[in-house]
Amino acid sequence: MKIVIVGCGRVGASAAELWSKAGHEVIVLDISTRAFERLPSGFGGTAVRGDGTDEDVLRRAGAEGADIFLALTEGDNRNVMAAQLAVEAFGVPRVIAKINDPVRAAAYAELGIATLCRTGLMVDAVNAHLGFPSSGLAGMLDASGHHPGGDHHSPSTSQQSDAPSGAGPVPAAPGASMEA
Amino acid sequence: MFVLVVGGGKVGYYLAKELLDSGHEVALMEKDPERARQIADEIGSIVIAHDGCEGKYLGEAGSNRADVVAAVTGDDEDNLVICQMAKHHFDVPRTIARVNNPKNETLFRHLGVDELISPTRMILGSIEQDIPVHELLHLAALGEGELELIEAHLQPGSPAIGRAPRDLEIPEGCSLFAVIRDGVASPLRPDTVLREGDKVIAIGKQECEDLLHGQLIGDPEATAAG
Repeated sequence: MKIVIVGCGRVGASAAELWSKAGHEVIVLDISTRAFERLPSGFGGTAVRGDGTDEDVLRRAGAEGADIFLALTEGDNRNVMAAQLAVEAFGVPRVIAKINDPVRAAAYAELGIATLCRTGLMVDAVNAHLGFPSSGLAGMLDASGHHPGGDHHSPSTSQQSDAPSGAGPVPAAPGASMEA
Repeated sequence: MFVLVVGGGKVGYYLAKELLDSGHEVALMEKDPERARQIADEIGSIVIAHDGCEGKYLGEAGSNRADVVAAVTGDDEDNLVICQMAKHHFDVPRTIARVNNPKNETLFRHLGVDELISPTRMILGSIEQDIPVHELLHLAALGEGELELIEAHLQPGSPAIGRAPRDLEIPEGCSLFAVIRDGVASPLRPDTVLREGDKVIAIGKQECEDLLHGQLIGDPEATAAG
């Protein structure tokens, strides 16, 4: 599959390495070339320096025709904008934005973007470890609503939690190892 | 009206001030505490020293009862998120975003921001108004500088469209000799009918320019007004 990753931090670089080794076509973008030092020397994907919120940059990087798009920069809003560009301008079917503000994460899931919230994931990883009840904060959320712009609908990227709010945490394997 | 302004830069500051002067209820959100304090010292305790992108604080600032949310920070992505959160999460009836990169306008509009203000676009528009687009283009000076090589781009309103050179009043001492159509240059014959978008290449004395302009471009007053 063709996978675009915006933001080459620890998570972005780890996922890029993993998926590239697994045989996927991986394109990773970052505004800083230094970020690419996190990639292994024999990285088989493409690393592009550029702003992932700029449509032209994404097009030049080859975002067209991507199957999966991940926005993993340090800026919640940059991720939101990159993810919405992926949906609106490139029609990418599966888009995930990292949003560390649980309120925004839940709101954008309702707007049709799958969201990944470190706050919720980590709090509930700790809760699970300690045997405490889960927080109900946003964790990995499916796109539950309809995107205002297009006819985008996102297939399930993770199992929805059984919490009725839909904001339940999934502190399972993928979440636990997300960020150091 | 209750207006929530997000972003306490120059735009946000003067906007809040003007709105207060006209009697509106205003809250201003500025995430930099020092800047927030500075503004509060000047215009009073309407300043909230928090990030307006953060859902929690946007709620606490009273966005659910705001009539208008104006996102005027220097970052387009922040302004987009503020407006979307205001609109979809807090049901604000009217959202206004400052857009710095004109390329973002389409996306923002598509994503439901009610009004876009692009200072870049406005300045650009103002500059372009001052540039006469319906002009003869001077390509080169020939001879002792008495003759000029001129290009005329035929745009809507040009009296030459649909006519051939033999039907035009070409000033004496002036010659229309080539036409560039769809990127291809061909000799311009007396019976070549000119079309919109053609570029006519001419050589003539400087004094001929006004007449040539009238024949190929049209009335300068009429076109400049558009």
